[in-house]
Amino acid sequence: MADHAAAVEHVAHQFDDAEQQKLAAELGMWIFLATEVMFFGGMILAYTAYRYLNPTAFAYGSRQLSVVIGGINTGVLLVSSFTVVLSVHAARTGARRLLLVSLGATIVLGLVFLGFKAYEWRHHYHEGLVPGIRFTYAGPEAAGVGMFFWLYFALTGVHALHLTIGIGVMAVIAALAWRGRFTPAYHNPVEIAGLYWHFVDVVWIFLLPLLYLVGRHAP
Amino acid sequence: MSRFLPFPIFPRQASTLAPRIDHLLYYLLGMSGLMTVLIAGLILYFSIRYRRRPGNERATQVHGSNRLEIAWSVVPLGIFLFTYVWGASIYFWAYTPPMDSLEIYGVGKQWMWKFQHLSGQREINELHVPVARPVKVLLTSQDVIHSFSVPDFRVKQDAVPGRYTEAWFEATLPGTYHLFCAEYCGTLHSQMIGSVVAMEPAAFEQWLAGGATASPAERGQKLFQSLGCNTCHRADALARGPDLTGLFGRQVHLQGGTVLKADEAYIRQSILDPAAQVVQGYEPIMPTFKGLVTEEGILDLIEYIKAGS
Amino acid sequence: MTAAPIVVAPGAPENYLTVDYGVRSWLLTRDHKRIGLLYLMSITAAFFLGGFFALGLRLELLTPAGDLMRAETYNKFFSMHGIVMVFFFLIPSIPAVLGNFLLPLMIGARDVAFPRLNLASWYIYMLGAAFLTYTMVSGGVDTGWTFYTPFSTLYSTTNVISAALGIFIVGFSSILTGLNFIVTIHRMRAPGLTWFRLPLLVWALYATSIIQVLATPVLAITLTLVALERTLHLGIFDPALGGDPVLFQHLFWFYSHPAVYIMILPGMGVVSELITTFTRKRTFGYTYIALSSVAIAVLGFLVWGHHLFIAGQSMYASMVFSLLSYLVAVPSGVKVFNWTATLHKGSIEFRTPMLYALGFIGLFTIGGLTGLFLAALGLDIHVTDTYFVVAHFHYIMVGGMVMAYLGGIHNWWPKISGRMYPENWGRVSAIIIFLGFNLTFFPQFVLGYLGMPRRYWSYPDEFQVLNVLSTAGASVLGLGYLLPMCYLIWSLFYGEPAPPNPWGATGLEWQTPSPPPRENFERTPVVTRPPYDYPGPEEHVG
Repeated sequence: MADHAAAVEHVAHQFDDAEQQKLAAELGMWIFLATEVMFFGGMILAYTAYRYLNPTAFAYGSRQLSVVIGGINTGVLLVSSFTVVLSVHAARTGARRLLLVSLGATIVLGLVFLGFKAYEWRHHYHEGLVPGIRFTYAGPEAAGVGMFFWLYFALTGVHALHLTIGIGVMAVIAALAWRGRFTPAYHNPVEIAGLYWHFVDVVWIFLLPLLYLVGRHAP
Repeated sequence: MSRFLPFPIFPRQASTLAPRIDHLLYYLLGMSGLMTVLIAGLILYFSIRYRRRPGNERATQVHGSNRLEIAWSVVPLGIFLFTYVWGASIYFWAYTPPMDSLEIYGVGKQWMWKFQHLSGQREINELHVPVARPVKVLLTSQDVIHSFSVPDFRVKQDAVPGRYTEAWFEATLPGTYHLFCAEYCGTLHSQMIGSVVAMEPAAFEQWLAGGATASPAERGQKLFQSLGCNTCHRADALARGPDLTGLFGRQVHLQGGTVLKADEAYIRQSILDPAAQVVQGYEPIMPTFKGLVTEEGILDLIEYIKAGS
Repeated sequence: MTAAPIVVAPGAPENYLTVDYGVRSWLLTRDHKRIGLLYLMSITAAFFLGGFFALGLRLELLTPAGDLMRAETYNKFFSMHGIVMVFFFLIPSIPAVLGNFLLPLMIGARDVAFPRLNLASWYIYMLGAAFLTYTMVSGGVDTGWTFYTPFSTLYSTTNVISAALGIFIVGFSSILTGLNFIVTIHRMRAPGLTWFRLPLLVWALYATSIIQVLATPVLAITLTLVALERTLHLGIFDPALGGDPVLFQHLFWFYSHPAVYIMILPGMGVVSELITTFTRKRTFGYTYIALSSVAIAVLGFLVWGHHLFIAGQSMYASMVFSLLSYLVAVPSGVKVFNWTATLHKGSIEFRTPMLYALGFIGLFTIGGLTGLFLAALGLDIHVTDTYFVVAHFHYIMVGGMVMAYLGGIHNWWPKISGRMYPENWGRVSAIIIFLGFNLTFFPQFVLGYLGMPRRYWSYPDEFQVLNVLSTAGASVLGLGYLLPMCYLIWSLFYGEPAPPNPWGATGLEWQTPSPPPRENFERTPVVTRPPYDYPGPEEHVG
């Protein structure tokens, strides 16, 4: 049977058994995600303070972003989280082809997101809305609009960095899957990488309204 | 100088705030002293009584006591809450300047203190004040964060760029007192020092009268004209901005519905970023004066507007 | 084949030191014990570097005028002193050295949960140290370890970015160590070792790890924002561009206040161990001491605003922070009372570690009590930003944490090295350190109340005598710290070989040879007894 020929899970010497190793890895990832929450949280605190002080400037800045692209990107990430769920299911049931396809789809969707992001950023550069690099806005509350935009670039930039790392991780997982490393008995790395990907997705879900949807309801 | 030593070990009490803070200190010293003596004493006593020697090779394995744990949690908490209330009440008092305080503007910059009396006197690194009269120093900074510190008055307040903070005191003892900058501000932070000179009221009036130049309000009036403010802010039909007579302290209705009080910060922001808070019923046509007026200039304009209230 | 080691006692069985030789076996080790020793060397170097800067400061302060070095140099000295001591010495100290070495031993495990991550943590520390070294040789940094804006972002002409980068990097070392410890404690305890049978040092390390993991990322983002503003002039903290310099203070202290609990909780854990070992007695109120560590960790996140009482923070916010600051003092007091009560009816032996532990209790009590002075809003107006604060935190960090660290090093030295240290030298050094410390820092309380501000290169004449006393104390203290360096190294060659359990203490680490074998235990221990299960007549207090 295919899974007997596949590598038996190697239990590191400090662990008593595979179960302990699995639980340790999972807890480690959850704690790491907690640190990431605090990391993004610091920036969101700065965002909150400055939005409170510059409500109209933030609304103006937000309206310069494309809701269409933001919406598309949100859809892209949500679908990618679905493909991640698929990959975990595939790993659990030993469905190798589905595993490879879903991992591949996740990576492609991640790259699509980054592609749209790069397009947006280029557009902002042309519009002269990149503080510190090319900021030509001279209308009212220029300082507040500048505030909005550096926060936009900082938040989406750090998010994109985390997404890029996630794509790298998924590529490694895909390579290991290609080599038959995962079985229904051992596929913990797929689950843990999936956790990380979901986290990156959740961060985006927070960033979307904070950045793209400020003041959109107003007439 | 201390009575028994050739150097001081306690600052002078030269303001109404000083004894209040010192009383809290004495209480804390007493309480801490008692606690330290208690703990140190017990440690010393137990160390000697229960030292290891033949006959005391084994300890008595004592099970803890919930009652004791609760006691030494609740009792200190009670003491702490008492201390908290005392400290908070002094702080509240120290942060509530009396209504009739003599106002002085203070601007910190690397590495000097600049003071401006409303009667026109300017001082650098020295501040003359009368005794027996509350004095409020409205502070800001031209560059980095500084801190206005007069230890003998027990007064300290950060001077933050971009906003106004205030510190008030009432000197009680004529004399010359250290003025320090207490927030690290760069190379010559430790040389950003000077003196506060507290004088008997008559001597202070005399000092003020000698060498007075134009008052800030007078200078503000000149600026109001030279910068062209009066072309829009006027009382007749040619006005394109709100009339500023009686503005200070009034409620202002902004576009968008916000209502706020016209204080120093409001006036400053209106000069530097007028588009951020446009008064209801007016067009957002006022240009910004950032870069065209100094911090002292803004203070002079504020005084002029106050004088018209 | 490298030469046979001279440091291991002759006739000793194979252990973690002898199992493999050569530089590669150390630099690529995954053994938590060796990693602990790698950290020991790094942080000892950091300690003496930070101490060198301190010496420079105290020498300048012998005279009122700035006559030893230029003001710029003095400002760089105190900045480097703070950065090195806080980030490269105190924060790693007990967790990375003693924690790494002891945690798996104390819970009956073969290693930590993620040994390779553990080694990576040390390399990350060294990378951060490399950035800091670069900062030093390229002119230093003069913002203070607190990097207040807008001075650090707009006005300082020194190497702020490389310093910030160095701290950012070493922060990840701290996060990964904390992550490793949390997972290890949750998942790898020996059979029968329930939470309330754990040694108190493990509880302390657990609480510390929670703080490391949750607080450090906020520092990372704060320093990133400072670096961004310096390079791109974004106006994040620049009032002229709509930024708020006080926002920096909130972000900075949100990490740095919990950080000070990282810098004391492990020390408290060590002291708990030392007291029980050298009184041969179970700790009075074990559960309360254990849970107070967690309480301090949680409450420590809620009090950061007490660093902003006069910074322009709202009066009402200040009142809330003051109240919370008083709350966090309660669990610390609970520990001190429980340690004192443990001495009662004990069998007390005054070995070097015990002297450090007793010194800790006294000095930490004073440091903690002066925290109550600072938490009192009205009093803080006068003493904040003065030497009163400097004295307060040195009483806790040096009189507390460093004493606990040295006590721990001595207590577990036999386990780590297989050698006994010379007891009389140990005792004498502890006493010299205690006396030197008090002479250095007690006068600073007086200076602070007199109003002498912090970070002053020159000062008014009437403050000189107190400054001279402080510098005299610092010389004694410096000498005191050199002595253990000398005799501990001496003991590696000439010390008595150590038995497995020289103090007759309980704890799994003492049930294995000194030094331990690579895998720590022959067989995984099974725990059936409560902690600190010393023999002796039982007594119940109400």
